[in-house]
Amino acid sequence: MTTIAHAGRQRRAHARPSRRDPFAATPLTKAALLFTIFLSVFPLYWMVVIASRTTAQAVDVPPPLLPGGNLGENIARVFATEDAHFVTGMTNSLIVSSTVTLSVVAISTLAGFAFARLRFRGRKLLLGSILLTMMVPIQQMGIVPLYQLMVNLEWTGTLQAVILPFLLNGFGVFLMTQYTEQAVPMELVEAARVDGASTMRIYWNVVLPAVRPGMAVLALQTFMLNWNEFMWPLIVLTPDNPTVQTSIAFLTGQHTTDYALIFTGTALSVLPLLVVFIVFGRQIVGGLMEGAVKA
Amino acid sequence: MSLNVDTGRVRRAPTPPRGSRHAGRKPPGSGLLARFDLRVTPYVLISPYFLLFAVFGFFPLAFTLWTSFQKYELAGEARFTGLDNYVKLMGDADFWNAVVNTVGIFILSTIPQLILALLLANALNKRIRGRLFFRLGVLIPLVTSVVAVAVVFTQLYGRDYGMINWVLGFFGVDNIAWQNEKWSSWLAIATMVDWRWTGYNAIIYLAAMQTIPKDLYEAASIDGATPRRQFWQITVPMLRPVIIFTVFVSTIGGLTLFAEPVLFNNGTMSGGSTGQFQTVAMYIVEKGFRQFEYGYAATVAWMLFVLILIGVLLNYSLVRRIGGGR
Repeated sequence: MTTIAHAGRQRRAHARPSRRDPFAATPLTKAALLFTIFLSVFPLYWMVVIASRTTAQAVDVPPPLLPGGNLGENIARVFATEDAHFVTGMTNSLIVSSTVTLSVVAISTLAGFAFARLRFRGRKLLLGSILLTMMVPIQQMGIVPLYQLMVNLEWTGTLQAVILPFLLNGFGVFLMTQYTEQAVPMELVEAARVDGASTMRIYWNVVLPAVRPGMAVLALQTFMLNWNEFMWPLIVLTPDNPTVQTSIAFLTGQHTTDYALIFTGTALSVLPLLVVFIVFGRQIVGGLMEGAVKA
Repeated sequence: MSLNVDTGRVRRAPTPPRGSRHAGRKPPGSGLLARFDLRVTPYVLISPYFLLFAVFGFFPLAFTLWTSFQKYELAGEARFTGLDNYVKLMGDADFWNAVVNTVGIFILSTIPQLILALLLANALNKRIRGRLFFRLGVLIPLVTSVVAVAVVFTQLYGRDYGMINWVLGFFGVDNIAWQNEKWSSWLAIATMVDWRWTGYNAIIYLAAMQTIPKDLYEAASIDGATPRRQFWQITVPMLRPVIIFTVFVSTIGGLTLFAEPVLFNNGTMSGGSTGQFQTVAMYIVEKGFRQFEYGYAATVAWMLFVLILIGVLLNYSLVRRIGGGR
């Protein structure tokens, strides 16, 4: 026993020449990585520093480097700044982003299942057309007719005007097609058919449980993308019924120099995404990396 | 956006379904209902997407094209004027200024971003303690909102009280009014874009790097190749498909840049006093929704598409050469 263990240890020690291993991080690499992390985190930290200071301190030279004690007061001020409608903006963004996310995931899993595991005429052509349109920034290019459409429907200033155009998400269909192909073996679908299951039943009982990880990645990305949407809400919504992003843009436009106020609003707007990141960070990294490897 | 798209992959995406040996076998109980289910349900499943596409994709694009041939303003009827808008656009100095700005900011942000991402991915790929910590750390910028990034960086770039000028002051640099010049505003906006996206691209490169067989490096080591040479001659060429993907995504994102330059100037569309950082997307909004020249805005929108098309094709042909011909 001991000899074998010893030999094993020896061999391992041999396979890893301590100094000249090209895969080990050098001190320089470590320092560079730490510096990168510092650069990544600093603007966020700075946001908190200013958000917790008074308006006067925010423009001090040299700049304050530590958080102060005014965060609560600043938050109250953001909520009390009536013309920014910040609370409405946060609520609207939550409603819009969640609605879009749920719908996109539903639409994409349905279509992904059909494209990956069902046979029908025109399948390749239709899937190809989705891939092509993914290259077109539709919401930006078609902004004039989309706006006209909303005017004609008398939907300007309403939430459905910001929700509906973003339900169209070719990337989602593509991702779920890829994921279903990989996660649901054809044999499984056919076995279910032989057992007499209808297509919808297969979707519900076979496909959905298997593609859940793919759904999670799509959901997170869709939520982040829509939480961040700026151009379209800026045009189609009114300042008294904004999303959180346009509310902050309004704050910066109207209270130009009150950085403590603006930064507090900004920090609050990032909070939901940060919570998602802290809870699901590991899955996000995993999902991103898995997706990249498949590509 | 995201990552599973890759031109190499796209080409072979629709693999024929496996298990075709079952083809033709009818499921039990193949009555009318079952046959209907097999034939029609697939179309039902994909119909939500295509209905949405018809209303919010095809209609706006086609109508944008139609509107671009019209003189169509807030007051007055739309009138078909043929190519007038396009002719006017060709001689529109403001439009070309916006194109130059967009392309300039795009180049200034994308090239350093992708190179930094490659180096960062290479560093993250080394054996190091606290791997998850580093990976999460570089991804943090991605989960902040665009508006937050723009607001914070605009303050950091402030002329009198901004931290960046304060730091530069130690090196004897006078306070810079970052908004005032083309080069400085482009640089400032490019750093906002880079801060947000470098880590994301690095994580994608990292994932692809981990699929490169290690014996390639071992063989190269034995042949006496330095780590630097290995990076440029093995890693980068092996990453080509992923690099193409990231270039593709950055091109679309970069050429439609909007939020950062808008917020860099208090949320206005003008992009500075002489439009020194007005992008094409901002120009569309300015024309269409500040001056209400709908027809002209639609023309600019189509030109934006042409710009993206050129950008994608050009970048694709450039990047395809990485490690090629060897």
